[in-house]
Order: sequence, then C-alpha cells, then structure tokens
Amino acid sequence: MTEEIIIAGFGGQGVLSMGKIMAYSAMMQDMEVSWMPSYGPEMRGGTANVNVILSDERISSPILRSFDTAIILNQQSMDKFEKSVKPGGTLIYDGNGITRHPERKDITIYRIDAAEEASKLKMQKMFNMFVLGGFMKVKPILKTDYVLKGLKKSLPERYHNLIPKNEEAIKRGMELINKV
Amino acid sequence: MAEITFNDIIKPENLAYKRSKLMTDNVMHYCPGCGHGTAHQVLAEVLEEENLQERTVGITPVGCSVLMYNYIDVDFQEAAHGRAPALATAVKRLMPEKFVFTYQGDGDLAAIGTAETIHTCNRGENILIIFINNGIYGMTGGQMAPTTLPGMKSSTSPYGRDVSMMGSPIKMADIVAMLPGTCYVTRHSVNTAGGVRKFKRALKKAVQYQNENRGTCFIEVVSNCPSGWKMTPVESNKWLEENMFPYYPLGDIKVPAE
Amino acid sequence: MEKELRLMKGNEAIAEAAIRAGADGYFGYPITPQSEILEYLMEANPQATTGMVVLQAESEVAAINMVYGGAACGKKVMTSSSSPGISLKQEGITYIAGAELPCLIVNVVRGGPGLGTIQPAQSDYFQATKGGGHGDYHLLVLAPSSVQEMADFVELGFDLAFKYRNPAMILSDGAIGQMMEKVWLKPQKKRSEEILPWATTGKPATRERNIITSLDLDPARQEKFNLKLIAKYREMEENEVRYEEFMTEDADYIFVAYGTSSRICQKALQLARAEGIKAGLLRPITLFPFPKKRLNELADRMKGMLAVEMSAGQMVEDVMLSVNGKTRVSHFGRMGGMIPTPEEVVENLKSFIKG
Repeated sequence: MTEEIIIAGFGGQGVLSMGKIMAYSAMMQDMEVSWMPSYGPEMRGGTANVNVILSDERISSPILRSFDTAIILNQQSMDKFEKSVKPGGTLIYDGNGITRHPERKDITIYRIDAAEEASKLKMQKMFNMFVLGGFMKVKPILKTDYVLKGLKKSLPERYHNLIPKNEEAIKRGMELINKV
Repeated sequence: MAEITFNDIIKPENLAYKRSKLMTDNVMHYCPGCGHGTAHQVLAEVLEEENLQERTVGITPVGCSVLMYNYIDVDFQEAAHGRAPALATAVKRLMPEKFVFTYQGDGDLAAIGTAETIHTCNRGENILIIFINNGIYGMTGGQMAPTTLPGMKSSTSPYGRDVSMMGSPIKMADIVAMLPGTCYVTRHSVNTAGGVRKFKRALKKAVQYQNENRGTCFIEVVSNCPSGWKMTPVESNKWLEENMFPYYPLGDIKVPAE
Repeated sequence: MEKELRLMKGNEAIAEAAIRAGADGYFGYPITPQSEILEYLMEANPQATTGMVVLQAESEVAAINMVYGGAACGKKVMTSSSSPGISLKQEGITYIAGAELPCLIVNVVRGGPGLGTIQPAQSDYFQATKGGGHGDYHLLVLAPSSVQEMADFVELGFDLAFKYRNPAMILSDGAIGQMMEKVWLKPQKKRSEEILPWATTGKPATRERNIITSLDLDPARQEKFNLKLIAKYREMEENEVRYEEFMTEDADYIFVAYGTSSRICQKALQLARAEGIKAGLLRPITLFPFPKKRLNELADRMKGMLAVEMSAGQMVEDVMLSVNGKTRVSHFGRMGGMIPTPEEVVENLKSFIKG
C-alpha cells in the first residue's frame, strides 16, 4: 500500500501541520513516511503545499507530480492541482471560497465544509483537524489513536490540553464529509 | 697581563638583558630596524615569565609576521588574511583553559579582517589581540594601509594619501574600545627602552585579564617600517614619533574597573 | 541508551546527529534552506549537556575560519551553509585542506548562480568535487539521499575526515534538508578527550611545537607536499568509494544519479520497468571519490547511461570519464530550483534510447 497525497491551501490554514500529523501517525503505525513541503517566502501568506507519502515500502521519490489524494483548500490550489489527481484517485476540497468547483469525472470527489463548521463552533484554529477527519473517513489508513499520539508528538507541550478539542474536530470532520 | 675571559666581562650579576628562552634560533627575516623583532622578544619574555608555553596557542596573520611561528617556541596556527580572530574565537571557546593570542598587522586587522576584529571584540572573546600598526603594507612592498597617514606616500598612494579619495586613517583601538566586549584597550610603541617596558607591562595585564575571563584585550603597537617608509631605522623612529604618535597617541584607551 | 526513532527534517537530523556523534563545535551563519541546523542546535543547547560549542558567526567567512581554528586543535568541528554561503567559505576550505585538517562542511544546495533561488538544486557538484577553492585539493564528498543518511553521514563524515586528515563535505540539497522522514538516531557518544599529537593545544616540554599552516615558500618542498596530497586522494579512491545499485543485474540502461535525483530515478525506474524498459540505477554515495571503476565495469554490458542531475550537467562529466567511451552517456537535468518528475525522467530515457 502506498498513498501519495498533496495538501494545498493558504499559508496559515495548517496545511503543513496536517501533513506532519499524518506522517507522525503513519510512522507510529510502522509505515514508511515522507513529508516534503513547498518552502520559502511563498509560504508567508501565499499558497502552501506539502507532499505526504505513506507506504508499506521504502519510499522512492518524495517529490511527485500525480497523487492518489489531493486535499485542496483554496481556489489557486484547485486550479493548480485538480489535474494532478491520478485517474481513479480522490479529491477532497473545502467549499469555502471556491468559485470553480472540480469538474473531473474520472476521480472521486468529496466536499467538506470544514471552514464553515469550524467557524460555527468557534474552533477556527482546528480547521485542519476537521479536514483531517474527513480524509480519515474516506481513506481509512490512519487510526484515530495514532493520530492523537501524533498530535501529542507534534504539538508543543503547552497545547496538549487542546488535544480533546482536536479529537472532537476530527470526529466532526468524519461526519461532515460528503461525496459530490 | 692576565688574559680576560668572557666570564670576566659578562658576570651574571651584571646581566641586564637576555634573550627569552622561548625565542628560537631561527634567523629572523625582518628588515633591520623593524619593530616586529622587538615586539616578538617582549611577547616571548612575557610568555616565559608567566609560564605560559604549555598552554599558549598563537594565531599568526598574513603580512610581515606571517612566519612569526618560526621565532617563538609555542604552538601556532597560521590564519588566512584577516581571519585570525575567528580562529582564536574557536580555539578559546573549545579550550577555555588555554592562553590565546592573535598577532596582526594593519592590513590584516584593519582592512580585510575588520569584520572579524569588530565581532570578536563585540562578543568579548577572552583572547588577546596584538595589533602592529606601521601604517603600510610591508610584506607586499609598501602599499597603502587603512592606517596610512594623510598625505603619506606609498606605492599605491604615490602622490600621498588623499583623504577625499582614499578615506582617512582608521583608529581601530578607539573603535573597539567602544564595544562592551573589550576589557582592555591600550596603545604602545617599542622604539624606546621605556616604550618596551610599558608594552611588556601591558602584555602582563592582558595575561591577567585573560586568566580572569574579563573579555577581549587589544594592544596596539604603533611601529615603524624603514623599508616601506624608505628611511633608515633612525630616521624611521624619528618619523614615527613626529608623525604617527600625534595621530595615534600612546596610552590606555580603556581599562577595566578594578 | 537505545537507538531512537524520530520524524525529522533533514536539517534537524544533521544537527541532532552532530550532538550525538560527540561533535565539539558548530560554527554557522543563517541561510535558507539550511537555517534549521543552527536553530536546532541553539535550541538544543548542547553546551549544557555534552559541552559542544555552538556559535552564530558574523559571516560564513568567519564561521569557516572558526572551523579552521577548532580543527587545528584536533577538535571535531563543523559548519553548514547553502550554495552562496559555501562560495564564501571556499577560502577557508582551501586553507583547511592545505593544512591537512579534519572537519565537516554541510552544503544544503540551492539553485544558482549568484543569489539564485532558495529551491533545491545540485549545481554545486563541480565546486564540491573538484576542489572549490584555489590549489590542487579534494574534499571527501558524501551525498545523502534520505533524512536517515543526513544523520548517518555526520558521523561517517567526521570519521573519514579524521582518518585522512582532510575536510569532508555532506553535499545535500534543499529538498532533503526540508523534507521530513523517519530517522533512527544513534545513542549519544561521549566527546573525545584525546589530545592529537599534531594538534595545537599548547606545547608541553615533551614535544616540539606544533605549527598548523598551509604556507611553504620553498617550491620544491611545496611540490613534495602536493604529491603527498595526491597520494592521499588515491588512497581514498582505493578505500572509500561508496555507491548503491538498483536493478542493474539485467539492465540495458542505467540512470546515474545522487541525492534527491536518485530518489526520483528510483520511481522512474519502476515506471520504465512497467513499460518494459530494462532500466537500472547506480547511485554514487561518495562523489569524491567517484565510483569510476564500477561504472567502467557496468559500461561493458550497458547500452547507455543517463546522468540525471538538478544541474546543467556536471556529474555527467565524471560518468563520461569513468566509462571512457565504452557506452553512450547523456544527461538530463532541471535547473534553477526545479525538480524533475519521475515521468519526465522516463520520457527522457525513452528519447535517449531512441538516440
């Protein structure tokens, strides 16, 4: 099993940290992982993306052009990466701010209105955890227990009190995601 | 008449001056009348008297004193041009118990190595910087130095240093004295017996301060360059006193509070 | 202490591995994409635990000269930078090579020339393997292709540097520096307290004074020294060549690629095999010494070799020299911070095969 993922959105949406938590959790499930971010000034307020690979085998190229799953969180990323999903692959997107919805017929498309829900629940800072929950629902690779352990590893100690809130967001994300 | 032997003339009780045991037998390459030889000897005396041979690491520059390691019997590192304080920083940080000094000329310390000089002093590294300022590039054949006096002729300022085009001579001791990291900044000469004695006292203070981890010690020696200045040694010493000393006045610039 | 598994960036792995390898000192200056090394070390503050000195220098020039000073004391010292900063360090590096001192230099390469870009590249191959500064000398050059190797090559680099009294370089790139992967970290090693006989640590009565210098004004003696260096490099070529092969046994064509490019070629290899092309890969791990002999052997039974690099074609020259006309050699590269995709590499292999 190899799952090649891109997460793309605005800097500040938690794109990189969502990828990091995926990688941590998969590592604790004894999988091979790689996390390759776009880096540099483009990240400051601009678009950010990260390639995450989770695999049972040694990972070859950490840099990819086509993906099993694309998680798309803004319009620029939709324009750039909709075409990068492998035929038969999965596209997950947040409808917030999307003016042109995905059009491909050869992939499975899911929509998750995580931004809206996060803002409704006043949990905007955990926006990415709603999205992660959605991903975990439609691609059952990562187990919730390990994701919570991953969170513990990647969050500084002073935020550990927020882990239950994160768990709540993940669970809500799982309910929120819908096939288009 | 009885024959007079060497020991009859030179009696131990009459000994006024002797070569330091830390000076090697290598013949110095310095020009006659040059201040480097004297400065080396005084430094060797201090290292010997303070029992520092076993824990001294010296850093030599690029310039006339590049081969200084041939003359004083301690461990030496030969730095790239201007970089001696960077080497000294690492040596002292990695081996704080050692006595570490750099010995640099004006091109090395005040031109190409300005950044290293300033930042090493600013970090207050516990090292001694000995700065020989003779206002000219000796080794490469008498080119203008950052410390060359206004109007002074050199092979690259053949009509005299024009400060409107070439800038003014830089007073490094005054600059580093402004930095909180330096603990002792002083200016000396080695062209007279009195000057030598004062320089020696300054070196001893610097040893004490380094032992006490007080910060960077910076001792400038305003010196001569008979060859570069195209003068006899005697003329050069007179010129030194009449021209260099007024611009680079001797004495303490910064002393630590006791 | 057991080995420890962590998820780390390549840059962080280098920093942590340096502490654990018992390094005595790190001297650096920030530059993207490798600033995490200095940041990590400053936060870890090993001075308080192992006694390792970490210092942010005023420039790359000062940093490499601090390394020179520390190495001259026989200490395990290192610096890191990225391409423009490595250019600045070249003066210090040639002095260190000329004074025969061991040290470790890390280059997390970005695209050039000049200020270039901050994205990954492999365009410093010539600079790393052919000398870099003035004079006849070589660095020992290790090319990691994973975060694990970023960590492992710190200790290996130090070991080789001390074995040959020669500076060693880890030639990485922005991708491996910024990427996170699993890494097994070795247990903490104690810093060495050995006083090396050649090191400047203060002259005891029992030995002559030690002088660390790269200067010799006598040309005959200097030439003798140059010959000694050459003999040392030949010895490295004899003993230290490291490489890895993927599916070369039955291959008609092989990629030759190191670092990030070699990872991309591993994927390209699978894609090419799926299309029925018998492709293989040779990944040089040491770039100096280069696996010349092995490439020459492989050339006897290969229809061609494609050097894949993130450069305009640098390592390909060493591949050509290695095979000495026995087989076809070509180059495919992207530049300026662009990373080739596996699909692109396969397309290029196909057109190379067509000729």
